Amino acid sequence: MKITLKIWRQRDCQSKGEFKEYHLDKVSKDMSFLEMLDTLNIKLIKQGDLPVEFDHDCREGICGQCGVMINGIAHGPLKNTTTCQLHMRSFNDGDTIYVEPFKASAFPIVRDLKVNRSALDHIITSGGYVSVDTGQAPEANSIPVTFEQAEAAFDAAACIGCGACVASCKNSSAALFTSAKISHLAQLPQGDKETSTRVVSMVNQMEEEGFGHCTNTEACEVECPEGISVLNIARMNYEYNRSRLMKK
Amino acid sequence: MIFIKNSVTRKNLMAITGLFLSFFLIIHLLGNLQLLLPAAEAQLQYNSYSHLLGGNIVIKLVSYVLYLCILLHSIDAIYLSFKKRRANGTSYSYDRRGRASSWYSRNMMALGIIIFVFLVIHFKDFWYHYKFGELPVDTNGNKDLYTIVVVAFEQLWYVVLYIVAILALGYHLLHGVFSAHRTMGIYHPMYNRIINIVGKSFAVIITIGYIIIPLFLYFNLQS
Repeated sequence: MKITLKIWRQRDCQSKGEFKEYHLDKVSKDMSFLEMLDTLNIKLIKQGDLPVEFDHDCREGICGQCGVMINGIAHGPLKNTTTCQLHMRSFNDGDTIYVEPFKASAFPIVRDLKVNRSALDHIITSGGYVSVDTGQAPEANSIPVTFEQAEAAFDAAACIGCGACVASCKNSSAALFTSAKISHLAQLPQGDKETSTRVVSMVNQMEEEGFGHCTNTEACEVECPEGISVLNIARMNYEYNRSRLMKK
Repeated sequence: MIFIKNSVTRKNLMAITGLFLSFFLIIHLLGNLQLLLPAAEAQLQYNSYSHLLGGNIVIKLVSYVLYLCILLHSIDAIYLSFKKRRANGTSYSYDRRGRASSWYSRNMMALGIIIFVFLVIHFKDFWYHYKFGELPVDTNGNKDLYTIVVVAFEQLWYVVLYIVAILALGYHLLHGVFSAHRTMGIYHPMYNRIINIVGKSFAVIITIGYIIIPLFLYFNLQS
């Protein structure tokens, strides 16, 4: 396959970025999108140019590191897929592909396609955990959790924190990410105890990081590689409202 | 109110005021459907209805809540759109994110601006005129708002203006009613399905209801 790439090149978050055009001739349909970028980088290095910086880690679709905008869509045209699991067979010979980093004020560009998503980590640190005393692991069946409940919690826990929800949102809202964690923990007996304090601190942190508000367009759910439900956002709103209204 | 920075609280305010305004739309529509009666009967009934509303203290109090809701809903929208602009930072150079959501859900502000501009015209032509203008009286001695309305809808451009504004309102409601419930925290899948159906039906019924009136008056007068 012959591919034309228009890749966003930007030195750092202060510099002005622009699309640069590259041509690749021998692209296999079986290559993953990242392998195609690796091929480009080898070519660039051989030419003495700076390689294109992009984030990646597991390349198995589970770590959430490899998020870029491909042809104007987070993680590219395939639904429920991360960038690393997108293959070149999704494109045609002679295609021009636009590659841009995720853009939001809370995600400053580090270089090229690499952005700093620490803001999402800060949200988790503000309350996305269960406070437990360390010690021996408790007996697994001492707190009964039904199968349905465990599955529902796990559906929310499937979020890999890639930031595609923020990138796809017209308001750059991190509501889906934040609510997935709140919803995950609220549905389990161990996590539920702290729901009312957790939801307030996580929502406040989300605000502090400079994310936008949620207007329920549901674009985040459509583009989420894990298919996290927008109903988690409604649950977060419910828990937040309940916490504020029942405040003593 | 401008000091509330939390967007979840802000969105709650938007939802509550929006739902109140939606509820008002039902009452307003029911009242205005009297315009569809035979001309002589409609004139007397519509004018006495308007007189009844104007003189009732409870209605007066509700109308103040209504004005407040319009203001808060609009101010909140302006505040949140500034917040959105700050959160977005630099825009995408190649953007196809629109595939994932409906155009009206992404353009609530634009639709809202059309509705607001329409409201200014609507208030000026009928509300202000009725309250502060010199109006003739009908045979019952009530201010003849009916004739003012009928004369206004003799003009085609005025009918078109109304239809455009009502369509904008319809799309605003199509997203707004269900979105407001989500914002307020209804997360149960079954109730979400019900609200989605009820909300969309509400938007369609309100749109048709409000469009029928100017069309009926225009074509009735033409014939």
